Amino acid sequence: MTGYYAAKKQIWLHLDEAEVEVLSNLVDQLEEMVRPADAEASDPLDVLVGIDPEATAPQDAAQARLFPDAYREDPAAADEFRRFTERELRSARLGQIEVFKATLANAAGSATALDEETTAASLGVLNDLRLVLGTRLGLQTDEDNEPGAMDPQDPRQPLFAAYHWLTWLQSQLLGALHPDGL
Amino acid sequence: MTALPAEDTQVLSDAKTDKPWITLVWNDPVNLMDYVVHVFMTHFGYSKEKASELMLQVHQDGRSAVSHGDRESMERDVAAMHGYGLWATLAKDD
Repeated sequence: MTGYYAAKKQIWLHLDEAEVEVLSNLVDQLEEMVRPADAEASDPLDVLVGIDPEATAPQDAAQARLFPDAYREDPAAADEFRRFTERELRSARLGQIEVFKATLANAAGSATALDEETTAASLGVLNDLRLVLGTRLGLQTDEDNEPGAMDPQDPRQPLFAAYHWLTWLQSQLLGALHPDGL
Repeated sequence: MTALPAEDTQVLSDAKTDKPWITLVWNDPVNLMDYVVHVFMTHFGYSKEKASELMLQVHQDGRSAVSHGDRESMERDVAAMHGYGLWATLAKDD
């Protein structure tokens, strides 16, 4: 059996090599999206205090979903918020990705036990991946999430299948974290 | 002695009122219901019951005010929600 599960009062992840490869590819793409574009060119002091004076609302829908506006009806306040938070948010996401990659390496072909940090990184990265894939797939409603909602001939079927697999993994992890249900 | 700039005066008058700002979480088709409950319990320390109630409000009404406070605290909550991948905004509580 592969996936997340609870045993011996711990949470475990066990994946086969092919699953690790699929997840690693997805995570690499997420990493590219999350990494600040101009990391080398930035003022070191701005980097140090986590400010990005250039931050503006992302054009890409998936990026916009990961880094949404904090003010709905005040674009100036939303931009200001972004300048002071987006860099830190990006670096937190990158940190989770690093932790998750290490977990994946350990979970390939044998079960690895998760601690608080690796559990949080798993949940966060799986969720980020689902948000990106869900946006790319154009999911708008709860019905769009149904496994049968997409035409079997649709060229995005592999992406849709990956999305459902990520959903299943995240549900397993939530179930292991909350054995009495939520 | 220097006069306070206008902006700071605004911050001070905001702080005088009790809890004038709210963090709103909006419904989206991707985040799992259980995940949203987990986030509300983890970040806000809410009970499973309260977290579930707020999640259902998001799901059924399209949004829910999940925390109240001064503007700075709400900005922190919104940034944390974005970190978890929830779609959150802050607004004045009218």
